[in-house]
Amino acid sequence: MSITGIIIAAVVVGGTGLFIGVFLGISGKKFAIETDEREEAILGVLPGNNCGGCGYAGCSGLAAAIAAGEAEVGSCPVGGAPVAERIGKIMGIDAGKQERKVAFVKCGGTCEKAKNEYQYFGITDCIMASQMQDGGSKGCAYGCLGYGSCVKACPFDAIHIVDGIAVVDKEACKSCGKCVEVCPKHLIELIPYKQQTFVQCNSNEKGKALMSVCEVGCIGCRLCEKNCEAGAVTVNNFLAHIDADKCTNCGVCAEKCPRKIIRG
Amino acid sequence: MGEIQNLLLIAVGSAFVNNVVLSQFLGICPFLGVSKNVKTAAGMGGAVVFVITIASFVTGLIYKFILGNPNIMGGELEYLNTIVFILVIAALVQFVEMFLKKAIPSLYNALGVYLPLITTNCAVLGVALTNVQEGYGLLTGVVNGFATAAGFLVSIVLMAGIREKIEYNDITESFQGTPIVLVTAGLMAIAFFGFSGLI
Repeated sequence: MSITGIIIAAVVVGGTGLFIGVFLGISGKKFAIETDEREEAILGVLPGNNCGGCGYAGCSGLAAAIAAGEAEVGSCPVGGAPVAERIGKIMGIDAGKQERKVAFVKCGGTCEKAKNEYQYFGITDCIMASQMQDGGSKGCAYGCLGYGSCVKACPFDAIHIVDGIAVVDKEACKSCGKCVEVCPKHLIELIPYKQQTFVQCNSNEKGKALMSVCEVGCIGCRLCEKNCEAGAVTVNNFLAHIDADKCTNCGVCAEKCPRKIIRG
Repeated sequence: MGEIQNLLLIAVGSAFVNNVVLSQFLGICPFLGVSKNVKTAAGMGGAVVFVITIASFVTGLIYKFILGNPNIMGGELEYLNTIVFILVIAALVQFVEMFLKKAIPSLYNALGVYLPLITTNCAVLGVALTNVQEGYGLLTGVVNGFATAAGFLVSIVLMAGIREKIEYNDITESFQGTPIVLVTAGLMAIAFFGFSGLI
């Protein structure tokens, strides 16, 4: 190849590059759309896990929504209060108090305490197992199956199967709500971090039927409801529930519970 | 009639018989990377169809009027095809992204992150170069590009569907993750091999 060949090649490629550069530069100006500076700033503050716990498509989605005023500054469940405060500064809004929450599994029926109706040899996944006869192999149709769908869903390694039921690591939990969504038994609830009494049962079964399948289920005796001074405990459908807003963590309900399923 | 029949044959040939992923092994990175669930896979496939169709048109134009033009250097500039096409495709994707962001935000949001990802996808460049190699004209090139991309869309969506099912399977630890995906891809390639007698 002659020297002119090389020059022509360089001119063609260089010319293409130059043309593209100028073209993109001009169209960049022409098609520029105004992005909110605050959006970038908010994105910098967010944790960046892209877990989707807020309900938006990743952290950038939430940042855009907050900047547009569609979402609240405290919408990130993972970042919690510190992140909410910093986003509040960017947006010029007082973040207010964000309470830290943790996931809690409303079942205490471990391998020993809750009987199995039959043995399940299928795919180790709660969603699959819950589609089997009587909603899974566990005698109690409301209880934790223990096949760990929530464990797989957790992006923070905060939930584990211990002795046949799911147990949340309170410190590691970021309350993103992934496990709440995935549990086919709707057993998992987000409760305030500082709440100390909780009902470790999800069964709406009547007392006698429940006793035949589980040693640690709520029978709906209403002793806790009667003894709670703050009026925080209500029993509905044979199942006690504690209202976190009213609960004073006095621990009376835990003391009075004949089945010892309210822990305090 | 002959013309249309020819186009149809090329389309079926590049979509199924010479499937871009499963028999030419182009565009493997998005095929393995974004095939975890059907929805995102379809998004990626849609973006690829969009980009390849436009890219095969633009590169076809460039080849016809500059690189393959017998009046410039006697048509000897063909050896610059690869490098110029890379430049042009990258710029094109950038431009399309800018344009969509301004003009059709809804389409931009749907294609979203996948558009810039495709910039240097080998399937896009592969189609552009195949068009030149086979001596396709502009229309034939665009049809070939669209069909190839449609083949990509089909295979990545199938792959994502299979992967969603595999999630629940009890897979030996050493095969979890990428290995089982590669095995699956191999089996799919064998299945697609069945199309080879079609044309």
